[in-house]
Amino acid sequence: MLEVRNISRTFNPGTINEKKALIDVSLTLADGDFCTVIGGNGAGKSTIMNAIAGAWPVDEGQILIDGQDVSGLSEYKRAQFLGRVFQDPMTGTAGDMQIDENMALAARRGQKRTLRWGVTSKERELYREELKKLDLGLEDRMTAKVGLLSGGQRQALTLLMATMKKPKVLLLDEHTAALDPKTAAKVLQATDRIVREGHLTTLMVTHNMRDAIAHGNRLIMMSGGKIIYDVEGEEKRNLKVEDLLHRFEQAGGEVSDRMALS
Amino acid sequence: MAAYFASLNPNALWNAAPGGLAQGLIWGIMALGVYLTFRVLNFADMTCDGSFALGGCTAVMLILGGWSPEAVLLVSFIAGIAAGLATGILHTVLGIPDILAGILTQISLYSINLNIMGKANQAVPVNAVKVHFTSNIQYLGQTIALTLIVDIVIIAVFYWFLGTELGSSIRATGINPHMSRAQGINTNLMKVIALAVSNGLIALSGGILTEYQGFADVKMGQGSIVIGLAAVIIGEVLAEAIVGKRLNFIMRLTFTVVGGVVYYFVYVFVLWLKFPADDMKLLTAIVVAAFLAVPYLQSLRRNSFRGLARRNARLAAQQTSPDKDGKDKEAR
Repeated sequence: MLEVRNISRTFNPGTINEKKALIDVSLTLADGDFCTVIGGNGAGKSTIMNAIAGAWPVDEGQILIDGQDVSGLSEYKRAQFLGRVFQDPMTGTAGDMQIDENMALAARRGQKRTLRWGVTSKERELYREELKKLDLGLEDRMTAKVGLLSGGQRQALTLLMATMKKPKVLLLDEHTAALDPKTAAKVLQATDRIVREGHLTTLMVTHNMRDAIAHGNRLIMMSGGKIIYDVEGEEKRNLKVEDLLHRFEQAGGEVSDRMALS
Repeated sequence: MAAYFASLNPNALWNAAPGGLAQGLIWGIMALGVYLTFRVLNFADMTCDGSFALGGCTAVMLILGGWSPEAVLLVSFIAGIAAGLATGILHTVLGIPDILAGILTQISLYSINLNIMGKANQAVPVNAVKVHFTSNIQYLGQTIALTLIVDIVIIAVFYWFLGTELGSSIRATGINPHMSRAQGINTNLMKVIALAVSNGLIALSGGILTEYQGFADVKMGQGSIVIGLAAVIIGEVLAEAIVGKRLNFIMRLTFTVVGGVVYYFVYVFVLWLKFPADDMKLLTAIVVAAFLAVPYLQSLRRNSFRGLARRNARLAAQQTSPDKDGKDKEAR
């Protein structure tokens, strides 16, 4: 369970570049909730993800994961509870290391790194099975450097690495935005399967309204550092893109071309 | 000109070769340390000029204090670790940029080294103490064998260490710190560990060189980063050329030591050509610049606009005058 309690964050306070990125935001996700997040540029979508992940401390408020306050923990300590996939396919993996080495790093998330062997042959078999499920042919290239993979393959691998060790919360920050439509669909499909199988509590930022409606059981819309719309269940299933655009304009948000066209 | 060539003695070169090999192997240890920060951690660590001399100063003073020459090297190693920790803390805890953090430690080590020795240089009492890493021509073969063993052991330990969970985390930190943190790796700790181990090796190398040359000098580390880089880069260029695509990690490490040896052979050769010793640092810089430039120029040759223009011009010429093309082929 994820509980965000009244968090605020202002960047460059007291300067002309001051930006109130999050204003008193609260959000509670129940176990197994798959919540999509939409909003225009600068709405605070990525900022709330970074706040939960611990890229920096929030100015005020608390973040609780399974009842434990993690807002005072640094990014690497918090990582034990979180699985993360980023917008840039380069960010989520170490390009100059092998596929199996990357997976082994992820499998040890939240554990102390010791002088035991980095990847064991037993693990490799396990990874091979996991990679097979992605259906990208990666199971035969386990000793290839990740840098040789395409953006879509890297993103799928990152997704697998984020969820191999079951995270309490899965954070997907526009993880299909840099991919071509066909690959994006494939990665989203894999996301759906992994979230369903693992019954994972998930927060997924997207620019694509159709995706936001089609995936997950809950949807929130952000604007100006606040959550302006929160919908779930039956009501969310019946949403249309036009409804969202309308809501968005009502809230005084500017509809970017990227949102309207997608 | 003829008189100059007549003055060069091939025997002298032959006699100098074993010394070059021994020194190359000693600097190879240092190069392995540089490899860890420069290539694995992606951190340009300038501490090494100071930590190299620190290893030497510690060694000579403890030998004078009656310590055994072997135990002394262990202390050199530990002193180097402390120097690396200092740079690591300046960088991670105090947020000082990598190059500057290294330079600060390096400059402070100059004073520390002077304090350790009490003066600018100290001689090892080679007649009173039996030193194993000696440059005595009688035992030079033993020195080379011993240094080679040290190199091999360090390469083996490196290979094992970088394959462990901890070593993998250090590698990941060097490649992608953002991803490393997302996977729960304490990137600051990894940087400090790598810097400590690296400088430990560099100081060990300084200690061994001090025993070899029979003295330590506060300036003995000056420019050592460049020699270390030279070894790493010469090794990489040679490895690419000899092993090519099948280059694995253990070969990379081995070729780093080979790079150190090659560097010293070049050094000995140039001295043999009666190059003034004062100009050696200039020469070192030229060698490193040349080896750094080679991979870049090679890639440029494959991706050159001018080359493409030339090829296209040739194609165009062929299409307009096919007869001339035939003649060209004959001429070739």
